[in-house]
Amino acid sequence: MASLIACPHCGPRPKEEFTVRGDAGINRPAPDAGKDAWYAYVYLRDNPRGRHKEHWHHTSGCRRWLVVERDTMTHAVYSAVDAAVTGETV
Amino acid sequence: MSSFRLSSGGRIDRSKPLDFTFDGKPMQGYAGDTVASALLANGRQLVGRSFKYHRPRGILTAGAAEPNALLTIGEGGRTEPNTRATVAELYQDLIAKSQNRWPSVDFDLGAVNGLLSPFLGAGFYYKTFMWPAAFWEKVYEPIIRKAAGLGRATYEPDPDTYEKCWAHCDLLVIGAGPAGLAAALTAGRAGARVILADEGFEPGGSLISESTSFQDRSATELLAQMVAELESLPNVRLLMRSTVFGWYDGNVFGAVERVQKHVGTVDPHRPMERLWRIAAKQAILASGAEERPMVFGGNDIPGVMMAGAVRSYFHRQAVAPGRQTVVFTNGGSGYQTAADLEARGLDVAAIVDSRADAPTGWAGKARIISGGVVRDASGGKALSSIAISKGGSVETIKADALAMSGGWSPIIHLACHRGARPVWSDAKSAFLAPERQDGLTVAGSAAGVETLAACLADGAEKARQILVDLGFSNAGAAFAPAADKPEHARPLWFVRGSKGKAFVDYQNDVHVRDLVSAVGEGYGHVELAKRYTTNGMATDQGKLSNINAIGILAEARKVSPADVGTTTFRPFYTPLSFGALAGTSRGKHFQPVRKSPLHDWARKNGAVFVETGLWYRSSWFPKSGETTWRESVDREVLNVRKNAGICDVSTLGKIEIFGKDAAEFLNRVYCNAFLKLPVGKARYGLMLREDGMIYDDGTTSRLSENHFFMTTTTAYAAGVMNHLEFCAQALWPDLDVQFASSTDQWAQIAVAGPKSRAILQKIVDEDISDAAFPFLGAREVSLFGGRLAGRLFRISFSGELAYELAVPAGYGEAVADAIMEAGAEHGICPYGVEALGVMRIEKGHVTHSEINGTVIPSDLGFAKMVSTTKPDFIGKAMLSREGMTDRDRLSLVGVKPLDPATTFKTGSHILVEGATPSLENDQGYVSSSCYSPTIGSTVGLALVKRGPERHGEHVTVWNDLKGEYTKAVLCSPVFFDPENGKLHG
Repeated sequence: MASLIACPHCGPRPKEEFTVRGDAGINRPAPDAGKDAWYAYVYLRDNPRGRHKEHWHHTSGCRRWLVVERDTMTHAVYSAVDAAVTGETV
Repeated sequence: MSSFRLSSGGRIDRSKPLDFTFDGKPMQGYAGDTVASALLANGRQLVGRSFKYHRPRGILTAGAAEPNALLTIGEGGRTEPNTRATVAELYQDLIAKSQNRWPSVDFDLGAVNGLLSPFLGAGFYYKTFMWPAAFWEKVYEPIIRKAAGLGRATYEPDPDTYEKCWAHCDLLVIGAGPAGLAAALTAGRAGARVILADEGFEPGGSLISESTSFQDRSATELLAQMVAELESLPNVRLLMRSTVFGWYDGNVFGAVERVQKHVGTVDPHRPMERLWRIAAKQAILASGAEERPMVFGGNDIPGVMMAGAVRSYFHRQAVAPGRQTVVFTNGGSGYQTAADLEARGLDVAAIVDSRADAPTGWAGKARIISGGVVRDASGGKALSSIAISKGGSVETIKADALAMSGGWSPIIHLACHRGARPVWSDAKSAFLAPERQDGLTVAGSAAGVETLAACLADGAEKARQILVDLGFSNAGAAFAPAADKPEHARPLWFVRGSKGKAFVDYQNDVHVRDLVSAVGEGYGHVELAKRYTTNGMATDQGKLSNINAIGILAEARKVSPADVGTTTFRPFYTPLSFGALAGTSRGKHFQPVRKSPLHDWARKNGAVFVETGLWYRSSWFPKSGETTWRESVDREVLNVRKNAGICDVSTLGKIEIFGKDAAEFLNRVYCNAFLKLPVGKARYGLMLREDGMIYDDGTTSRLSENHFFMTTTTAYAAGVMNHLEFCAQALWPDLDVQFASSTDQWAQIAVAGPKSRAILQKIVDEDISDAAFPFLGAREVSLFGGRLAGRLFRISFSGELAYELAVPAGYGEAVADAIMEAGAEHGICPYGVEALGVMRIEKGHVTHSEINGTVIPSDLGFAKMVSTTKPDFIGKAMLSREGMTDRDRLSLVGVKPLDPATTFKTGSHILVEGATPSLENDQGYVSSSCYSPTIGSTVGLALVKRGPERHGEHVTVWNDLKGEYTKAVLCSPVFFDPENGKLHG
């Protein structure tokens, strides 16, 4: 059922309006960062239990990409910040 | 005919009689009756047959936990099987039918299963129907399904509507009994936004089903005062007939409101049910407690009822359970029932109290048998006598009703929906939920509180604490503190020495011996026992049975119930209709339909439509006399190649891109260069994924220095938009670039064929000669002598001289009509996506049939498009991986049959000529194919190992599904006009 995500632009909205992309804690490497860095960026993902920062897109709302920190066990949402504000350094 | 209606009393409205039928027999009840109370008032106790043994079953409870009285109510599209008669309200002309019986509930041939019961015990499915394996699906399962069962769903569509909505509140109170009412009143007075939800049609809980009083007021006076005050408060919403069925993330609760389940004549403008999602800052669970059945032989015979249910029917609907009642109890509930019945002059034959030290204060007439148990009840279809055992001797008493109480279990389901485990309390001999979790507090008898005064005080005080935490510092409890007077619980999990079957789970026909044998066979763990015996797996989810099963397992394993533990509580608390879950998403509203702005134009020109995602696209335009789609498509293709054709391409994704960094941005998301694309030019672009695979393709035009217009494929329009937004917002927020989807704003029309320029020049004001507007030109144009502005692109998917004209959506049909008119003298025809597909295959153009997530640009012959000079673009880094440069990669090649009279299908595999089909011999596969009327043969595009190096090689095209082997030759993927003479014409 429903949980709510407090979009910084639209206020608390049902999660059905959003699309989750995945881990927001990984930075896109520099073009010359080397094979291992790119391999890690494209393929390797942690599957943490507990607090986790993810990219969520407010697809059916303001269409902004957010960094949402939530608990993967309890689904409690701790924060939702515009990705452009947070940048990649989360 | 033992239960009956009393001549006065109750909360029914005797001035409103209601007619209904049960199994075709006319009966009468009153407003305020449930179907169950009305059946009892009519002396009808046998109402169903049990699931496995087809035993006669009656009405056991007066609420949501009812395992027996499941009826099919309504007819036609409103047929609702497995409806609990105990919660279904009576309405005029209600039609109720019993279930799982043949030919009738009174005479049921399936009852022979009872005689077979030695073979039908727990685990019999696993043991009996193991082999032969093939028999399960064909023989055993159909027979079992026919014999064991519930009601049958209708095949007719549901004529009613359903809706979903949200609600927000400071405090949600679940249950409008004493604790819930006190909590709601406390919060309402403090000014908090309150929702008070109750599954019943009348608030009050025990205040209406018991003969209690509070201080100087009767329960009903107290209730009336509280309800009147709550209704006067604008900040309190009372949601009756609303079951809160689940507790979810973010403190959101699901509730279903039965808006019109209780009416005879349905208002078509109102929903039948409404699904609420309630976002509550805090919630109080005041769901009360469930009485436990006693487990003894024949405890399922019609006439055996819960003691609390007897009181509920007695006080609410003035129904007496029988002429002569026996009470079997281990606590105060049984005595209360006896006292209530005696107060109206009804005969209570005996109170059997399993406690040897039964309390001595009983002032009624009934005899007390202290330290005794009901060993067996007998009577078959109606209770007739009861065998009471005490100290080794057995006494038989005649009785037509038995009220039983095995103690109480707090109803804690919702409090455990988010992972909290119930905790066993030795003092209460019950499982309790954590009293306070983040967002939810349990109050009243759901928290193990027992007396009315203590429940009122508990609800009020817990609400007050919550309100203070929420910032309502002025909150005061609506009731003063009151000390509880808890009973010392003495559970009796089952009676020893019963001759008949002692049922634990009534609905799934699980009896004591099943559980004992589960322990004996090593399935004593509560989760294993559940699955081995099916205890708790019926539609009632073990509301009555789980606690007794746990007690029996504990005794059989010689441990405490705390060590046995519970199975997991999950939503939904009670069954939910598919209608409520679907809401408005049914029929035409199941998913939206997207229609091109040229849909009506296509339809009036005779288009046959095809669904592509949500879109309806025109496939082909049959002319009279054409009998197959191929005839139409072949004609359209040949006419476009010879004259001209017009095609709706409005479904392509269209994205307007603005900003001073727009060019730089496009340069980073496409693998080819865009930075220096001149204004007025279109360019084909390849967008990669970060892993190097092609994501999507399309043309992007530069309309002005800082304004680009991107097209995507129809299927990936939304995905590309999301991708661009991610790149701009999350990866490169420093770039000045903005996007707007304009897919629905433009009608886009392809005009293709050697005569397309002549046709378009008639409506376009500017010079569009090859010199003035060469291939890949893109510009805003004026149409019809300045009456309309549009965008013209000289791009071609067909390989012909071709244009795409975009006009504001609302003008699409008129402009398409004008092009048809202008083209009439040139032989123009409309063509659909089938002809479009044929022409692109003839020309070797790729679509997502080739861009299938496994190909990189060089696989499709686009190696030279990939920029080697750009410092970065999405996908660049991973393109240099070893596997991406492997010589054996599947690469684009053409394929056609050696004999034009033969053909092959898309998806067929390519084998070296004569090789046997195997994974090792597999050379690749046909990704697209069609009959080409231009070539006069089937042509295909294929992804084949080293494809481009193998032009001219003879191969076998193999389709094992059809057993087809076609001799074919690999060739250039461009079958038509490889010099692009027509394109540049």
